[in-house]
Amino acid sequence: MNSPARGGRGRVTSAWRKRLEIVLFVTPALALFALFVVWPIVTAVQLSVYRWKGFGPLVDFVGLRNYVTVLADDVFVDSVVHNLIIVGGSIAIQLPLGLAIALLLNRKMWGQGLLRTIIFVPYVLAEVIAGVVWFQLLQPEYGVIDGLLGSVGLEAPEQGWLGDPDLALWTVLAVLTWKYLGLAVILFLAGLQGVPEELYEAAQLDGASWWQVQRKITVPLLGPTMRTWAFLSMIGSLQLFDMVWILTGGGPANSTTTMATYLINEGTRSQNFGIAGAASVILFVIALIMAVLYQQLILSRDTRSDVVTVKRTKTKKVTR
Amino acid sequence: MSTSNAAVLMHAPTTREPSGRRRNRKRGSFGGGNPVVYAIALAVVALTLGPVLYGVLGGFRTNAQIAQDPSGLPSPWVLDNYVGVLTGASFWQYALNSTVIAVLTTTITVVFGVMAAYPLARYQFKGRETLFMVFVVGLLFPATVAIVPLFILITQNLQLGNTWMGVALPQAAFALPVTVVILRPFLAAIPKELEEAAQLDGTSRIGFFWRILLPLSGPGMVTVGVLAFVGSWNAYLLPLLLLQSDMKTLPLGVADFSSEHASDTAGVFAFTTLAMIPALVFFLAMQRRIVGGLTGAVKG
Repeated sequence: MNSPARGGRGRVTSAWRKRLEIVLFVTPALALFALFVVWPIVTAVQLSVYRWKGFGPLVDFVGLRNYVTVLADDVFVDSVVHNLIIVGGSIAIQLPLGLAIALLLNRKMWGQGLLRTIIFVPYVLAEVIAGVVWFQLLQPEYGVIDGLLGSVGLEAPEQGWLGDPDLALWTVLAVLTWKYLGLAVILFLAGLQGVPEELYEAAQLDGASWWQVQRKITVPLLGPTMRTWAFLSMIGSLQLFDMVWILTGGGPANSTTTMATYLINEGTRSQNFGIAGAASVILFVIALIMAVLYQQLILSRDTRSDVVTVKRTKTKKVTR
Repeated sequence: MSTSNAAVLMHAPTTREPSGRRRNRKRGSFGGGNPVVYAIALAVVALTLGPVLYGVLGGFRTNAQIAQDPSGLPSPWVLDNYVGVLTGASFWQYALNSTVIAVLTTTITVVFGVMAAYPLARYQFKGRETLFMVFVVGLLFPATVAIVPLFILITQNLQLGNTWMGVALPQAAFALPVTVVILRPFLAAIPKELEEAAQLDGTSRIGFFWRILLPLSGPGMVTVGVLAFVGSWNAYLLPLLLLQSDMKTLPLGVADFSSEHASDTAGVFAFTTLAMIPALVFFLAMQRRIVGGLTGAVKG
């Protein structure tokens, strides 16, 4: 590909030397990767077919029974549903909102740089820190959210936003929106930078209104960025743990559990390592299926057009 | 930072220009902001910064003030909460742990990552693409999936539970795929002519790596380094399982403080505010790298 064609300079020993260099360079990374990524994942699969409480040898082989237990567990099934609600909700709320804000900010205006910095701040904070602050804001009695609602005559839920099983998940979703909207805006703004200025000028000459330009030019050209962002958002939502753990711990009444909180509960709290193993395999399979489907159904055309772009730039480089 | 992993994955096989090279064209069309735009922008800023500022100001109030009027300003301003956190030992201990773990993670990630990316980018050998695919597939595995066996491996087999290294090593391992995938095109983009010239001057491939490639790929290494650092600094799940008492990091400390002093709202705000300062300062200093790295990864 891009690497220079090497060798062919008549040095025979250099072939061995090269092999040695490759091994030397790649081994540290591969060793680390094998020990801390590959091995634990293989172990997770292995644990999932045993009943194991965390000590002694793996002897109690149970086949697929752990999977049956997990899939028959209402708490787990609910947590899958919660994950899917977060996946759908995040995209459905952040996509239009992020797009609207990005379009509004994509113009010369005073304080633009500062504005972009500020919008990105929540994304940089740790989920834990954002969660702790919001936990205080959402407190039923002295929380400022309820205070503000009260001052405009609205009534807050009695058990608090995080204490009501019907509201807790939506409250978590709202906090997640606050935390991650900035990422969407920044990515969309970056995508907008890639829209050629000439298109706007041409449209303006043709007498297109601002609204028409956004709808016919900007949004379609932003397609690849939006689809990639949605993919990221989806993968992140499927792994959701920190924010839930801080805000609700999965409660009240298991109304906000996610697959990750479920497997941590089973694994480290109840020492049901087999169950946790099965749950993590299921989590991975769900994530994989959704990723592959998304790639096949939605992203495939971008990838194809990408190849074309890359080829074009390469040609340009050669001719230069 | 598992989200950024996936971003790169989709564009992994394609070679791209170093993201440092950015177009800085002026956005002019339909220029000017009208009052409505400014009003909306102001509302967005208020909603974004509101909770953060409320936490900062809350740290300057007393619990009595907060209970009396949740949405009021500090009156009078009280420094006790911040002083209390800063004079306590635990905050500094947590900050130290967070710093050491983040530095270790970043160092291991960048050193191992750039080493692995070098042959993958510039050597011609059989199995090169297969080797690269190992890292690409690695992007698909979030740490969450392997968390329970990882916990067993580190605490029981390696006896590294409750140590800095015990957290840094797995964090670096999970940051490697994205690092290699970002760095490879970076290293590949360095002109072939440079390497040939170096060869004519009698420089070995390793000499080329040290003296030419590493200095030239600085921006790429800063990008992956920043991503690794921020990921480690904000990490919660792995430290939560592996670290106890004195070894805890700031996110764990914040979570603990919040549950142990649940009634001390002002204290929680003070502790949380102080804990977010390092990340914010780091972000402001590295802003262009972080944003550039993320957008570069997504735009491909």
